[in-house]
Amino acid sequence: MRHLMNPLDFTVEELDRLFDLAEDIAASPSKYAHACEGRKLATCFYEPSTRTRLSFESAMLNLGGQVLGFSDAGSSSAAKGESVADTIRVISCYADICAMRHPKEGAPMVAASRSRIPVINAGDGGHQHPTQTLTDLLTIRALKGRLDHFTIGLCGDLKFGRTVHSLIEALIRYPGIRFFFISPPELRVPDYITDSLKEKGIAYEEVIRLEDCMPELELLYMTRVQRERFFNEEDYVRLKDFYILNNEKMALAKDDMLVLHPLPRVNEIAVEVDDDPRAVYFKQVQYGVYVRMALILTLLEIKVE
Amino acid sequence: MLNVGKIEEGFVLDHIEAGKSLAIYHHLQLDKLDCTVAIIKNARSNKMGKKDILKVECDINTLDLDVLAFIDHNITVNVIKDGEIVDKKVLTLPKEIKHIIKCKNPRCITSIEQGLPHIFVLADEKKEIYRCKYCEEKAGDTPSSW
Repeated sequence: MRHLMNPLDFTVEELDRLFDLAEDIAASPSKYAHACEGRKLATCFYEPSTRTRLSFESAMLNLGGQVLGFSDAGSSSAAKGESVADTIRVISCYADICAMRHPKEGAPMVAASRSRIPVINAGDGGHQHPTQTLTDLLTIRALKGRLDHFTIGLCGDLKFGRTVHSLIEALIRYPGIRFFFISPPELRVPDYITDSLKEKGIAYEEVIRLEDCMPELELLYMTRVQRERFFNEEDYVRLKDFYILNNEKMALAKDDMLVLHPLPRVNEIAVEVDDDPRAVYFKQVQYGVYVRMALILTLLEIKVE
Repeated sequence: MLNVGKIEEGFVLDHIEAGKSLAIYHHLQLDKLDCTVAIIKNARSNKMGKKDILKVECDINTLDLDVLAFIDHNITVNVIKDGEIVDKKVLTLPKEIKHIIKCKNPRCITSIEQGLPHIFVLADEKKEIYRCKYCEEKAGDTPSSW
């Protein structure tokens, strides 16, 4: 029995198989409509995350399965002081697979160690959110046909953004990846990541302004710059507009560059960009459902001929 | 110069970084042993300037050398029998350590679930970096920060 705790739990070959399956699901969803009949997914969400929970639930319902669960710790036995290890033992009797989100880092791993059913980490604090990374990778692969030899810009909060860190770690397993890190100095990518890139001989550049690298990018991964990360309001106001992607900046980009964003968006991508065919962040949400469907089938070892 | 006599059977832990001997005394749980223990602090050393030494008169199977390797694998472990050195143990970094140090990350699941074992795994042998098995927080660099 396998679990998914970290996007790197799967080898590149295993990810290829997962993405092949996800793309087949996208092409012929009806073929998979009954694949999980009689199976149940438990969504154990100890903190609210409507988007991720609905994506998992949509994935299981698309496969003909059923869902049960809770959406915040207050409505679960955790409020009475039950340990994660005990909860998963109980959930193992109710469901066939579990997606767990928890504010404490490592909680899904504790669950996996005691579980009789596969556990998927649906986000644990600031630590990992592997299905977001799988979503990002599938979106790139499905729309570009490959995961290697890209120049990718990551823009915004590169210091605290776990989706960015996971995506970097996942992409460096493919050859020919070159990074542009676009952020204010206050939110630059942590040293341990740049040190690791240097060690592996992977090319990267750090720039302050989007305009400085826009024409070179084949992929642009936008993230939100959050006001609370700044020490003072003045710095925030000074820097936030650098990272608003609008049609003017898009005009500098290649015709086939793709813009991704893990969502929710606040104001870092102007609404006018939504109509640009290169803006794929809403398609990304759809790929998130497909990759979760493929993941559920893979972890439940269900094969559809 | 202070003289501490020879031991008949046990260990001499030599070349301990000055100041670390008490931490090692506690981590090896020597306080729980009913045997003679000598803690020598700030002994003169040609190699290190100053060093600590621990002499423990006990059965040679009593000590958990994995713990010692985690604390400082440069320590020399001399095994003594009949008053003579019969073996020198080479310490290698353990792949995993359990209940030696606690995770200091307030967001780690171990911060709220008291019954969980505190486990750290060797993440980078070259840089001697251990990370919490659950949250991957890096272990502190010195015993004082553990």
